[in-house]
Amino acid sequence: MKLVADSKKCTGCRLCMSVCSLVHFDEANPKKAALYIDAKFPEPGTFHTRICDQCGTCASVCPEEAITKRDEDGVYIINAEKCTGCGECVEACPLNVMFVHEDSSVPIKCDLCKECIPVCSTKVLSLKEIKAEVKSKK
Amino acid sequence: MLAYGGKILRINLSKGKITTENLSEDLIKNYVGGRGFAARLLYDELKPGVDPLSPDNKLLIASGPLSGLFVPGAGKTTFASKSPATGSYGDSNVGGMLAPEIKYAGYDVIILEGKAVQPSYIYIENDKVEIRDAKKYWGRGAITTEKMLKEDLGEQFQIATIGPAGEKLVKFACISHDFGRQAGRTGVGTVMGSKNIKAIAIRGTRSLKMKDPKLLKKLSSDIIAIGQKHPNTKLFIEQGTASVTNWSNEQGAFPTRNFQSGYFEDHKKISGDVMIKETIVTNKACFGCPMACGKYAKTRKNNRDYYVEGPEYETAAMIGGDCAIGNIHDLTYANWLCDELGVDTISGGSVIAFAMECYEKGIITDKDTGGVKLKFGDIDSFEKILRQIVNREGIGDLLAEGVRVAAAKLGQNSGKFAMEVKGLEISGYESRKAPAMLLSYMTCDIGGHHNRAWAITHDIAVGRDKIEGKAPKVIELQHQRPIFDMLGCCRLQWVELETPLDYYSQVLTAATGIKFTLDDLIKASERVWNLTRLFLIRESKDFSRKVDYPPARFYEEKVQTGPTKDSMATKEQVNQLLDEYYEFRGWDKDGRPKAEKLKELGL
Repeated sequence: MKLVADSKKCTGCRLCMSVCSLVHFDEANPKKAALYIDAKFPEPGTFHTRICDQCGTCASVCPEEAITKRDEDGVYIINAEKCTGCGECVEACPLNVMFVHEDSSVPIKCDLCKECIPVCSTKVLSLKEIKAEVKSKK
Repeated sequence: MLAYGGKILRINLSKGKITTENLSEDLIKNYVGGRGFAARLLYDELKPGVDPLSPDNKLLIASGPLSGLFVPGAGKTTFASKSPATGSYGDSNVGGMLAPEIKYAGYDVIILEGKAVQPSYIYIENDKVEIRDAKKYWGRGAITTEKMLKEDLGEQFQIATIGPAGEKLVKFACISHDFGRQAGRTGVGTVMGSKNIKAIAIRGTRSLKMKDPKLLKKLSSDIIAIGQKHPNTKLFIEQGTASVTNWSNEQGAFPTRNFQSGYFEDHKKISGDVMIKETIVTNKACFGCPMACGKYAKTRKNNRDYYVEGPEYETAAMIGGDCAIGNIHDLTYANWLCDELGVDTISGGSVIAFAMECYEKGIITDKDTGGVKLKFGDIDSFEKILRQIVNREGIGDLLAEGVRVAAAKLGQNSGKFAMEVKGLEISGYESRKAPAMLLSYMTCDIGGHHNRAWAITHDIAVGRDKIEGKAPKVIELQHQRPIFDMLGCCRLQWVELETPLDYYSQVLTAATGIKFTLDDLIKASERVWNLTRLFLIRESKDFSRKVDYPPARFYEEKVQTGPTKDSMATKEQVNQLLDEYYEFRGWDKDGRPKAEKLKELGL
């Protein structure tokens, strides 16, 4: 499974980022979230919800094999103990969703906890099977 | 200091000295945050009688303990100073993303004192605080300046900026943030301009820790889930505060042609549903807000696109109705003009409506306006006069002082329709047939503003001619609503989605680990209300109940048209409202807090 976003509905409230940092770190800090909202203002006045699509590029470039695919849902998870903080995955991520914060050398990556989905009142975020999407890309 | 930033950042602009102080527990317990901190600090630190535009005044930027947390609407910032409009305590709050950023940088309050030697802006990135040269930005519009600063510093910086109106010390200059949010009232932008400060740019990367994050998560998740099902969530996401326009006209409460009427015949051309069809580009929320009342809009004029957030209800009322601009594109453009130039749309609308009436009555003539035929409903003359105000040219130089000063100078009984209380122009509710709303304007601590006690719904519920019994409701609201300004959180979830008030005390306790009951918060709010009253008394030469009188139009002239046609308050009713109000507040006949009341509140 993976997250998908219908960015046209996004209002830029950042509740998704807010709950993400709260759930993963017991802290309030949207800069420690595994997703991001790009706001394009004053023109053209749009929001874009940047989320991980579990493509696995991060795992493929990791020299330590610290990022592995979870069997049951295909989500890529960082093993913080193996991670050396080299930044290869951050560089390689095609969607720019491997987030770096000064508190830790381990990047912050979506683990599909799904907590961001219900807090969004305009229902920007939803779940999708990974397989179906890979096919349609081809 | 859990959930708080923990520090006060003090920037002395004259000396270029930057220091920090720890928050005291006493301040937290008695004043909570935001407006509470601002009122206490200003009362203590300002010498009585300081000129609001002198270096001796201070501008405080305050977040609240909930700002930046996982709490719906937790993005409110209070700007406070001694107001150049009223000469007493003034504050104005703004949504957007600023207060959270102040917290993530490690602060609760930023104090600007003194005056920078040259146009400057404040740069803050966590502990790195600098007073930087702002020559590049000085003279630019507020929207333009915010865009430039984000390009120069990075899009993660949150910007609060003034426009040319603040630089030129127009008394109703606002502070703009997040491309469409304003701290509009009481001339906070004027004070910023008087300090030679164009903008504040801030970025914070630190985390806020909480006593019980899991409980906070549960409390807030539950509240958000309940709120999402409320019909007003959909209404506000679609129309925002503009959803109030039609209702206000149906109630005869929509200020029209400088409050000559309470019904605008063209209101359906500027209402929320017209915005959906004609102007809205995207729905835009403040930090953590599930009801996204911001309507980001676009209009086209002279072959150029203009992007602006709004018009909000207040802008629709004060420029739409009060200046009779009955076309959504003209109104959107007027909104853009005010935002870019850095003018409060409420006072700005009121001042121009006043000038339009003066022109109609021959009190202002072509000689004063430089030939501009100032007419209700005419966007071109609206723009010309607005630019004269901002440039302080011709009659604009006088109008830039606000309606109270302008009327005193113009004479010819124009004071009767200078629609202000305590020097601050009244916002968007015609109140002659709404005694609780009238009393709310009369007694609001910052002057003629609605948000301390939006009591008109109470008038409608219990009877619009009834005078007796209105004061206790106004007082109740004046204690409840400012709690949000102390918490750094938006009140609309409570007003529109019926979020229970005790959610806020529970979530505050979970976050801070300090036991706050709802009663504690209400008591703190009453303490602040009495403190700002003491501020007003301290700054008044001949203090009496007259400071609480509404403009004479409300008790000498009948409403001209619409559902409230022919209604009028009387002077006796005005005094009756005040008698009851002072009694329930524990104040004397002139409106001074009695010694017992001050003792009870620990003041």
